[in-house]
Amino acid sequence: MGAFLTYSFLQRALGAGLFISLACAVLGVFLILRKDAMIGDGLAHITFAGVALGLFLRMMPLAVALVFSIAASLGIMKLKERAGLYGDTAIAIVSSSGLALGLILATLSRNPGVALLNYLFGEILAIDTVEVVLSVALAAAVVAVIAVNYRKLMFMTFDRESAQVAGVRVRRLDALITVLTSVTIVLGMKVVGILLVSALIVIPAAAGLLRASSFKKAILLACGVATASVAAGLAAAFALDLPASGTIVLVNLILFGVLAARRTPRA
Amino acid sequence: MDSAAADRPPLLEVEHVSFRYGPLPVLTDVSLAIREGDFLAIIGPNGSGKTTLLKIILGLLKPESGRILFQGRDIASGGVRPKIGYIPQKATHFDPLFPASVREVVSMAFQASKRGLSRRQGEEAAIRRALEVVGMAEAMDRRIGRLSGGQQQRVFIARAIVDKPRALFLDEPTTGVDAGTQDLFYELLDRLNKREGLTIALITHDIGIVDRHITQVACLNQRLVYHGSHAEFCRSDTLKEMLAGGHHLVSHVH
Repeated sequence: MGAFLTYSFLQRALGAGLFISLACAVLGVFLILRKDAMIGDGLAHITFAGVALGLFLRMMPLAVALVFSIAASLGIMKLKERAGLYGDTAIAIVSSSGLALGLILATLSRNPGVALLNYLFGEILAIDTVEVVLSVALAAAVVAVIAVNYRKLMFMTFDRESAQVAGVRVRRLDALITVLTSVTIVLGMKVVGILLVSALIVIPAAAGLLRASSFKKAILLACGVATASVAAGLAAAFALDLPASGTIVLVNLILFGVLAARRTPRA
Repeated sequence: MDSAAADRPPLLEVEHVSFRYGPLPVLTDVSLAIREGDFLAIIGPNGSGKTTLLKIILGLLKPESGRILFQGRDIASGGVRPKIGYIPQKATHFDPLFPASVREVVSMAFQASKRGLSRRQGEEAAIRRALEVVGMAEAMDRRIGRLSGGQQQRVFIARAIVDKPRALFLDEPTTGVDAGTQDLFYELLDRLNKREGLTIALITHDIGIVDRHITQVACLNQRLVYHGSHAEFCRSDTLKEMLAGGHHLVSHVH
């Protein structure tokens, strides 16, 4: 473990990975309880188009993806409200369109190969210092915004109508959650890639929800699973020469399995 | 209306409220006043606009015309939010796996007046007191989904009263709850009304369950058919007409 931490690229990966996984886990608890677990997957596909656009325009793909993803997530929200679509239909429409657009842009940009693959499957070990600082700052901001609105978000997730009567501006908070999800997806993409990012959002949160007797405990447990998975996943990937993204997700899955197996009815 | 009731100041006034869903009129020119200390039952057949009226009073729907005054101030003008505790019809239909403790559910009521994770001074004590009033203090750390329907209702009352509202509004609060639990529930509301002076308005399809406790009746059928004291309602033509119409409204009026 000591040797593991002497490599600066591993230090950077661990620092960014821990913060990003915390943001994913905290947000994930709210998304699952809002029956919105799949929005992570949908927005990740849209992010693919954003990355491809960034590569096409030769601009910073992360920044382009961030703007693209926020715009698309607000689009999903409006589509849901206005078009009267059932459940996940809006997500399916927007995400598949994003993938289609991404594919075309990637082909047009002529040199998509390695760069695009890194975004699809993650490149946490190649993260540079500027990206670490940005990721840590954004992830901390996501967690801070949720902390400030914690009770309002909990209230509206539990009982939307009563929350509204009590003065919670539910539509404003819907938009807030949507934007936070976009930011978190783009960050998570750095750690495990577009194809696996919804795992970072869903698995630790689902594990936290398995065992908790209170909302606070569910969030703390999700954070524990998320950070342990990043640390253990990176260490295992380093020791066994495995891809970091896949290893982190599999460690998440193992921890989820352990908690599910030990689940006992609680009062 | 009896003279004692007329002396009390109106807490909430509904003035000429009309509402329609598309072309369908749901409420037409409804006016009524709820006075401090009233225990009002809002009754009427299915589709008579009871829930719509409640949602307009609570600010969840905007009336097509008319206005709602809370302590004399129009709730449509910014900054006036009626201090009303609310228990929706489907309060107990929440996700049973939702991991909130009873303490957390009651604490949700404090969200509007504060931000973040920090606790307002005295909040913990207020939560405990509210749970004591409804007899659920022992269950403070239990998960809400593990309680019975009747116990959950009590916790929701605690949440509705913890921030000291002026009134408590309930929409068919005991749908699907067994008769014994219903009686205990309405006795609790009775105590809150008579001892704590809390104004209560509830929608019910069966006035017989609550007729020992209520002081006022509002009977709605798109228009306000009757509004007055419960005693007068029992002598009124409205009651006879409703019984003749086969409405299951009064199961044991004496």
